[in-house]
Formats: sequence, structure tokens, C-alpha cells
Amino acid sequence: MATFAKGVVFEGVDFDDPNSWRLEEYVKRGGYAGLRRIADEKLTQDQIIAEMKLSALRGRGGAGFPTGLKWSFMPRSFPGQKYLVCNTDEGEPGTFKDLDIIWNNPHALIEGMIIGGFTMGATVGYNYIHGEVFEAYERFEEAIEEARAAGFLGANILGCGFDFQLHAHHGYGAYICGEETALLESLEGKKGQPRFKPPFPASFGLYGKPTTINNTETYASVPYIVRNGGQKFLELGKPNNGGTKLFSISGHVNRPGNYEVPLGMPFAELLELAGGMRNGKKLKAVIPGGSSAPVLPADIMMNCTMDFDSIAKAGSMLGSGAVIVMDEDTCMVRALERLSYFYFEESCGQCTPCREGTGWLYRVIHRIEHGHGRPEDLDLLLSVGANIAGRTICALGDAAVMPVQGMLKHFRSEFEYHIENKRCLVDH
Amino acid sequence: MLEVEIDGKKLTVPGGSTVMDAANSVGAYIPHFCYHKKLSIAANCRMCLVQVEKAPKPLPACATPVTDGMKVWTHSDSAVKAQAGVMEFLLINHPLDCPICDQGGECQLQDLAVGYGKSASRYEEEKRSVVNKNLGPLISTDMTRCIHCTRCVRFTEEVAGYQELGMPGRGEHSEIMSFIGKTVNSEISGNVIDLCPVGALTSKPFRFSARTWELSRRKSVSPHDGLGSNLTVQVKDHQVKRVLPLDNESINECWLSDRDRFSYEALNSPERVTKPMIKQGGVWQQVEWTVALEYVANGLKSIVADHGVDSIAAVATPQSTLEELFLLKKLANGLGVQNTESRLRQHDASFATAGVQWLGQSIVELAESDAVVVVGSTLRKEHPLIAQRLRQAVKHGMKVAAVNPHGDDMLLRLAGEVVTRPDQLVEGLLAVLKATVEIKGATCPAHIDTSHTEITDVARGVANILAAGERASIILGNLAVQDARAAEIHAVAAALAALTGATFGVLTAGANTAGAELIGFNAAGDVFATPKKAYVLLGAEPDFDTANPVKALAAVEQAEMVVVLSSFQSCAYDYADVILPVSPFSETSGTYINMEGRPQSFNGVVRPLGDTRPAWKVFRVLGNLLGLHGFDYGTSEEVRDEALAAGVEARLNNNAVAHVHVKARAAGNGLVRLAEVPLYQSDVLSRRAPSLHATVDAQVAETLRANAATLAALGVAAGDKVKVEQGGTAELVVALDARLLDQVVRISAGHPLTRDLDSAAALQVAKA
Ligand SMILES: Cc1cc2nc3c(=O)[nH]c(=O)nc-3n(C[C@H](O)[C@H](O)[C@H](O)COP(=O)(O)O)c2cc1C
Ligand code: SF4
Ligand code: FES
Repeated sequence: MATFAKGVVFEGVDFDDPNSWRLEEYVKRGGYAGLRRIADEKLTQDQIIAEMKLSALRGRGGAGFPTGLKWSFMPRSFPGQKYLVCNTDEGEPGTFKDLDIIWNNPHALIEGMIIGGFTMGATVGYNYIHGEVFEAYERFEEAIEEARAAGFLGANILGCGFDFQLHAHHGYGAYICGEETALLESLEGKKGQPRFKPPFPASFGLYGKPTTINNTETYASVPYIVRNGGQKFLELGKPNNGGTKLFSISGHVNRPGNYEVPLGMPFAELLELAGGMRNGKKLKAVIPGGSSAPVLPADIMMNCTMDFDSIAKAGSMLGSGAVIVMDEDTCMVRALERLSYFYFEESCGQCTPCREGTGWLYRVIHRIEHGHGRPEDLDLLLSVGANIAGRTICALGDAAVMPVQGMLKHFRSEFEYHIENKRCLVDH
Repeated sequence: MLEVEIDGKKLTVPGGSTVMDAANSVGAYIPHFCYHKKLSIAANCRMCLVQVEKAPKPLPACATPVTDGMKVWTHSDSAVKAQAGVMEFLLINHPLDCPICDQGGECQLQDLAVGYGKSASRYEEEKRSVVNKNLGPLISTDMTRCIHCTRCVRFTEEVAGYQELGMPGRGEHSEIMSFIGKTVNSEISGNVIDLCPVGALTSKPFRFSARTWELSRRKSVSPHDGLGSNLTVQVKDHQVKRVLPLDNESINECWLSDRDRFSYEALNSPERVTKPMIKQGGVWQQVEWTVALEYVANGLKSIVADHGVDSIAAVATPQSTLEELFLLKKLANGLGVQNTESRLRQHDASFATAGVQWLGQSIVELAESDAVVVVGSTLRKEHPLIAQRLRQAVKHGMKVAAVNPHGDDMLLRLAGEVVTRPDQLVEGLLAVLKATVEIKGATCPAHIDTSHTEITDVARGVANILAAGERASIILGNLAVQDARAAEIHAVAAALAALTGATFGVLTAGANTAGAELIGFNAAGDVFATPKKAYVLLGAEPDFDTANPVKALAAVEQAEMVVVLSSFQSCAYDYADVILPVSPFSETSGTYINMEGRPQSFNGVVRPLGDTRPAWKVFRVLGNLLGLHGFDYGTSEEVRDEALAAGVEARLNNNAVAHVHVKARAAGNGLVRLAEVPLYQSDVLSRRAPSLHATVDAQVAETLRANAATLAALGVAAGDKVKVEQGGTAELVVALDARLLDQVVRISAGHPLTRDLDSAAALQVAKA
């Protein structure tokens, strides 16, 4: 665990103090000042959205969608109930940042959601928390109670005439429930399966009502923006990539953990922060944005900065900011086998290409890894992948295909070696 | 309206249309599996992917809304490539066991695969196999073939009203199944067989009995309830092999009830009678038709001569065709006999209307009502597809309320409900009437006295719904019409309708209940009250089709002569003198008039079995044998045209003949029986369909049901055996029905287990 001093989400958090997460401490370091500013300065919904847009905050859940723009999609004059939902389902291999947020600084999320609720006129919020998270779930419930007791949740918050209630909801651990519409289904008590879009949640969301869904880190960045203005947040990062971002660094580094750094930091610097390569090994490749992001070889990675645009230009994606570092001893066939197994197991089974295709991909890769590969298998993988990608109800299909495409783009020879020699190129 | 171009064809479609809707409207076929016009959009099979201008990837036609100016290509290279890709995925884990699959030849997957699939598979990994499920006696499963389209799941939830099927599990491990240890018990469950695009769900009774291409398809009309579902009857070697729905949006839509679908089993039952028979000296002998008919003609003539015209009654069920009833009546009248009757289950002889009882509107209009009050009906069991219609309408804002002697779940959101004792249906309605009078600030009609009626909250609830409705309907079900106080129920319901401007209707019980009324067949009232010297029974089984089987059986047993025209063996061997094998609906042409007053004619779909003859032809010969005039018909159409000469519409009339005076009666304080004719005892065919009798519905019908308090008072618990005494006795197993009122025991009528019970006698129940 480590954090960058000027971080937004963990601003002022003392990771050694077991009480640092509490409301009292949060307030001491400037917490709930954003909310108070809204009350004191009578900020309007439009003003807040303008600040959000200015900040260039992009969704931290994977797609990097501009948050201010998303918030502006919520129908303003809708007469009925509107909902706000936070996605703490964090299930993508390599990603473990949201857990840290609700554990170390839950009130940043709560304040961000209250502000979101005010801005979009939603009076009820839910935080959907991954089913395999237990202690942090309980702490988050406690934090909600604190906020309620302090009058930040409930009726007529800070005398603004605005009501907001927040509830935590414990999922059951299925990766698919992180997909926003599957999450909504699950929240409604149904089987967590993605919905076909359109309609989008902003018009037909939870219980069919207008709903905005953001990632935990996204909401937790909001208080800073409201407190300090969008411009200040933007300046922390780089144009179109405002603010700092949490990177969950795992793999063959000396100090794996979460690092909150400005967007646009060179990858090399981030690697340094994480203590550099373990055992002095050479960097072979990096998956820069969670297991669904295409892998990038070391040379490309070392020339990237850590922001949405740079990584996209390099042919991958920043995604959730999970950086999986692989050293020279890593067998790419085996790595891909593991990744593909994950998507095969986690496919919801609803739509044909994903249900049938993820198993097909996995089985072929499994065969190659176990010495039963055939020369035509690599083209078969790409062809099956092409039949999945873009044809499914949700992006899990794409997520299953991108690792395959990335690996075959940059490390095809290693697969060919494996097929020919029925063994790994590297010793491991 | 939006402009859209499909495969180069320009058209305009209403806002909210999908690409699939637009394509359908110009007849462009887009391959699909999960899409179904009556189900919600799932967009899960991905077979309908099409190319849309400016869209970076192919889009599913079934779920993509049309936008103005959209250009769509359903068969462009990119569309076909996407479709072929999906097809390959669907086939990799499919067993491809078409040669041994019942769906072979009528399988959407097979049909489309021929168009897209390649001859060899690129998939060489292990295939998935899925354990079959026991869904009950009607639906056979082969789950490895399932393509996860979830049509079946959506049907049970959306159309049948209760999600009896689901898809637990994730990814490749997801499987269609029922609740653990449960079967699919909906009364319209068989529709999932039609919906399943592959051979995963097939008909259990039909299993392996024919290939689809060996079957010829004939149109017909369902001979059970008053709906008149349109059928496609599939036949092979002069046998009915299967019954499927024939789409008719104004009647059954694309659905059938399980009774409509599976009763055909009876047609091929070993209990069919195929030779005319005469009992001589106590011994049954097969004879030629001429001999049998001579015997009948002579017998009837001598009874008339010896005992007078009032000593004979001709009795039929509402499953008889219009032509049969018309000729039987003509024959009887020709002999001077006026006693013809088909209202055999009616307890209240005083109940009669000025014209033919009917729905008061079309079925479609009923579904367009904004408020419907159902009075005295086990709607899901009596009229399964009417219940289905209302269920859909409720989703679009209809308010449905019920006044019933039971609290059965209609599987729709009821807006109001009054549950009464079976002998207090009138009082339940009076409370609603009094509340309505109050709401409307009107006065109660003079013939109805509500001074002793108290308005309950639930009654006020129903009244509010009725009063608020702009297009309200009040409909009487079988329980109401068969109630001992039917005339009073009718009077109060009619008054309610008059007060609120609601349409007043009757859900006619049998396939031709309206037809029998129309031709004036119902002229005798209770034909068993004063026993006759002779009975002619057309399809009627006194032990099952009558309000009081004990009395009815006694009447036929004492008669000098009983002529039975039937398709089946029965206990008629004991009481009849002549048995004439006549055609069931499948072996004769004929006409039924449904609850909306719509005559529907049909042809025989197979030739009569053995020496069986269509009853209308039998009456034609008999008429001539008796020397009566006007029996020279060439075809049944001539009979029909004569029967319908005066038209139907003008004769439809639900008004009472005269005002019936109604006043609340105090509730009795003893046990009271709710005597309901169960779903699969409604008529001769359903009674003899073995698969239907293996259903949960049939098992429930065999029990005595009561609420917990009543069971406790009787000192019995669910599962115990009890002895019921009511004139005769019956031994039944007890089950809980929590929604009945205290002291109500629900005991089937028209059922073999209860045929010795006299519905008029005092009731006692004790632990056996
Ligand atoms: C298969 C799948 C899994 C996902 N899992 C998560 C997740 O665990 N957490 C998350 O925030 N977003 C997840 N997403 C993205 C969400 O659908 C959604 O885009 C996001 O929550 C929006 O929040 P943001 O705009 O703040 O990023 C997932 C998407 C897919 C397709
Ligand atoms: S059983 Fe048939 S209807 Fe049900 S999901 Fe499978 S293929 Fe579709
Ligand atoms: S028919 Fe459109 S996805 Fe199945």
C-alpha cells in the first residue's frame, strides 16, 4: 500500500491510523467541505456539471467515459424517482483499488454520491459491493451510519432542501455484476445478466427509472472537484485526462499495491514507485488496464505515459488502472490460458457468441498450453474472436477477445513455438 | 412516423418500432430464435444481426429501435457473416442429433443451419451435454439441444404469469430448469413446446409417434371451453397425432390451453365404442346400424304412444355441434317431445335470460376494457386463455377484480377481491352493489334489497374499480352460472352493470353453450328432477355432466328406455338400452358458437373410427325412419344454414326474463361445499386424456381442500384421509387451501371420486 501525496481520492489519509477512515478524521482533512460549499454558495446543478466537465474526470470503472457528460444525460425534469448507483463490484483480475477506497476513505465516496444525487436530482443511492468483500463492506455500512447521524444523509441535507438516502448492497461475487446493467438487475433481486442497450440507464435504469452508475473511484474524486474547482483537478493530470488515478500494480514488481498518481505519469516512473522489477528481472510485458486490456510489450510500455489517451494510442486501454507487470520468465501461452479461463468461467451465458465462444477460446488455448496445439489454431482463435467481438449484449465478449488479440499480435511466435515444440519458450 | 430503408425498400414505421418490426412489415425475413412477437425482447441469440448504416458493428434487429432515415441491410455480406458466425456458435455444442429428434423437420435451428452452416465443424473440442429435466407429464426434455433463447422462461413468467422455468448457472453451465423438484404446472404450459425453436422441449404425449412431414394438417375448433380456440390438427393414418394452435388474434392468439392441446389423446383411446349395440335380455349385442336405428325409432314411438310426449327427454352437452343439437331438437319436436336440454350443470332452474347468454362484447373488446370484475369463476381453470388475456391487459393498465367463493391466484395483479362462502356469493355482490350505489349517489333498483347488507372494505374496493372504469366489464363465470342462486347472482351483477355502465357478460362454459341457447335447445330445465320414461343422451354422461349425478343416474336407471349416443364406453352399459357410436368433433363436420357469439364451422379431420357415424347423420336417418318431414339434408352446411337462418346477433341478450327479487340471506353456519368442476373433467374428451390426468391440476382435483382453521376444526391435517358424507360417501385426501373462508370445503364435482355425493344433501366430513 502506498499513495501519492497529492492524491485526490486518498488526500490526507493516514494509512497507519486505524481511525483515519472515520467521519471525524475525514472532516478534519477537509471532508464534506465540497458539500458545504454547495450549501453555502448555493451552487446550482448546472454549475456543478460545468465544473465536472471542466475537470475532465473520466470514469474510473473501465471505459473512461467523461463523467460530467454522463451526468448531463440524466433527464432533469423527470417527475418520478431517480437513482444513483455506485459500482464497487470490482471483480476484474488485477483490480483492487475500490476495496481500498471503501476501507480507507469511505466518506469520500459517500460525499461524492451525495453531491451526485444533488446534481442529478436522485434521492436514493445504492452502493453495490462485491460479494467477496466482507470487512470493508461492514466498515462502509458503518460509515453510512456516521454520515446519517451527522445529517449528511437523510432529509433536507445541510438545509438545502435536498434529501438523499444511501444504502449498501452486498453482491455475490460474480464478475458480470460489475457490468452496469447486470448490476442493476442484480440489485433488483434478479439474476445478474446485462440488459440490451438502448435503452441506457439514464432513461431506463434501476426499476426502470433514470439512473446514473459510476465507479467508486469516480465518485470519490468528486468532492475534490467541488471543493477546489474543476480547473485544479484538471491541472493535476493532463488535458482530457484530469486528476490523479489509482493504479493497482501487481505481478513481478517489488512493491505491488495501489498507487495514486497524476494521470500522464510516465510508466517508467510508476514502475519505479512500485519498487522496480522483482529479483532484477527484465520487464517482458505489461497489461496496463486490467485483464481485459491487450498486453503491451516492454519496449512500447516504456514509452507510454499512464493516461487514457497514451495507452489507447499504443493499442491497449487504461481501463480500470490495473497494471499487471510480467517479467522475462513469463510464459505468454500460460498467461493467456489463465486469462481466457477467467472469461470462460465468468461469461453470464445469456448471449450466444460469449457463452459458446469463450469456452471455445479457452479450450483451444488450453490445448496449446498442454502440447496439443495445431498450426491452424492461431488463426482459428482470431477468427472465433472476431465472431465474438462486437456481437454480444455487453462488453464481456470484447473483454474476452482483447487479451487473445493482444497476445497474438505481440507474442505470436511464442505461441507458434509452443505448438511446434509442445513446450514453453521460457523456463518457468 | 419514421422513415427507414430495409434492403433498399423505403417504408415508414411508427415511432418505437424495432428493425425487426420494420422488416416484418415489408416481409423481409431476418433469421431469429429468441425473438417472439408475444414475448419481451431478450436479444440473446444474436441470430438477427443486421448491418445498419453508420453503425460500427452489426446490430440485433429485434432490439434495435428504428431511427429516422436509418438504412438497414439484412443480407449484406457483413450481416450474413455475422449471422453465420452466430450459427456456428449455436451448433458447436448442439448434439446435431436430428435423426432421433422429435423436432426434426420443424426445427428453426435445423432450417436455418441448412442456410448458414458449413458441412464440417471447426469445433473439435468436447461437446457439452446437459442432464434432462422432469417437467411433468406434458413436456419432454432433451436439454443438450437447448440454445438458451429463454423463450420458455419468458413465456412462463410473462404469459403464464409465474416463472416456473429459469436459467440458473453461468456461461456454458447455464441450464433451463424448473424449481428444484418441481414440474411445470401451468394450465397453458404446452405452449413452451411450440415456442422452443429446437428439440429441447417437445410434447411428451406425442413423443416419437410420427415425423412432422408424415402428418397432414387440418383446421379445426377446440371442443372444450367457450373460447373456441382455433386448432391445427395433425393426422396420420386416419389418426389424430397432435394438436397445435392455429393463429387467430381475435380468439386464442397463438396459444392453446393444455386442455385444448392434449385432450386429443382421448380420441385414440381404447375406450372408444365403434359398433352400435343393443342390450337384449341384459346382454349387450353388437348390431348393424339399421337394426339399432329401427330399434330406437320403434322404442321412441311406443313410449310416446304409451306415456305421452312429456315422458321423453333429449339431453345433450354443450360440446355437441350446432347441427347435432338442431337435428336432435327437430327430431324430438317432430315426435311432439319438447323436453330438450343441455344446461345440465345448472343448479338454479329459475335462472334464464331473454336471449343467448354471451360475453356481451368480443373477446378483443373484453381485453380492451379498463376494468373487469370477474364473478364466480376459477378463471385460470375454466377459461385459461381468457385469464391469459386479462393478465396481459393488466400490464397495460387494466384493473381486474374478483368476487369469488375462493381466493385462487389468477397470476395477475388483482386490484380488488371479495372472497365469500360458496353460498354467499350473492351477499358478496350485494355489498359491492351497495357500495357502488353509495359512490354513484344513485338509488338501488327496487327489486334488490340491500337494507340488510353491510359494505365491507373489500367490497368498496371492487366498487371503486368498477365505478372508475370508463370501459368496465362484469363477467360471470361457470361457478356463478352453476350456483344454486344463479338467478340472484345474475340480477345483482346486472344491476351493477346498469349502475356503472359496465358491459355485462357471461363466460359461456362449453364450446357450444351459446349454440344450444341459440337454437332454443334448452327448453326443459331439470330433466332429471321428475324422472322420464325415456332418455336420449347425446354425449352426456349423467354421472359427470350433471349438477347432481346421484339424481341423474337414478333417473336414467329407472327409465324404460335409454338411448346413448356417445364416442366412449362408460357406465352407460348399466343403464342404457342402445349405444350408438357417434363421432367426436374430429370425425364430423360441425359448428360451435363461442362466447362472443361467433359461429365457427369445421370439417372432420379424420374419418370416423370403425362404424362410428357423425351424430347429425344419425339423426337424419332417424328422422326419415320416423317419417318426419325436413330431414333430407345433403350436407351439414345445409343444417347449419337452417339453424342460423335467423342470425346470431339479434338473439344475443343477457337480460333476465323477469326481475328476480334479491335480498341478503344470513350465512349458514355449517360446513359448506364448494363444488367446482375441475379443469380436466369438463367434458368427455378431457376426462379421458391420460396425460392431463397425470398433471398436478388433476391431482389437486382429487383432494378435499379447506383452510387451516377448518381443517383444525375437523381434526384433520393435510395428507390425512377423510370420509365425506353427502347423500352418498366419498373418501378423499386432505389438502390445504389457505385462501378459502372458514367452514368451506372444496370438493370437486363431476369427478369419479365424488360421483356418489348428492349436492343437495347435508354435508359431513370426518377423519377416515
Ligand atoms: C464485464 C464487465 C465488468 C465490469 N466490471 C466493473 C467493475 O467491477 N467496476 C466498475 O466500476 N465498472 C465495471 N464495468 C464497467 C461498468 O459497466 C460501467 O461502465 C462503469 O461502472 C461506469 O462507471 P464510470 O463511468 O465511473 O467508469 C464492467 C464492465 C463490463 C463489461
Ligand atoms: S429450452 Fe428451448 S425455448 Fe427454452 S431456452 Fe432452450 S431452446 Fe429456448
Ligand atoms: S432474435 Fe434478435 S437477438 Fe435473438
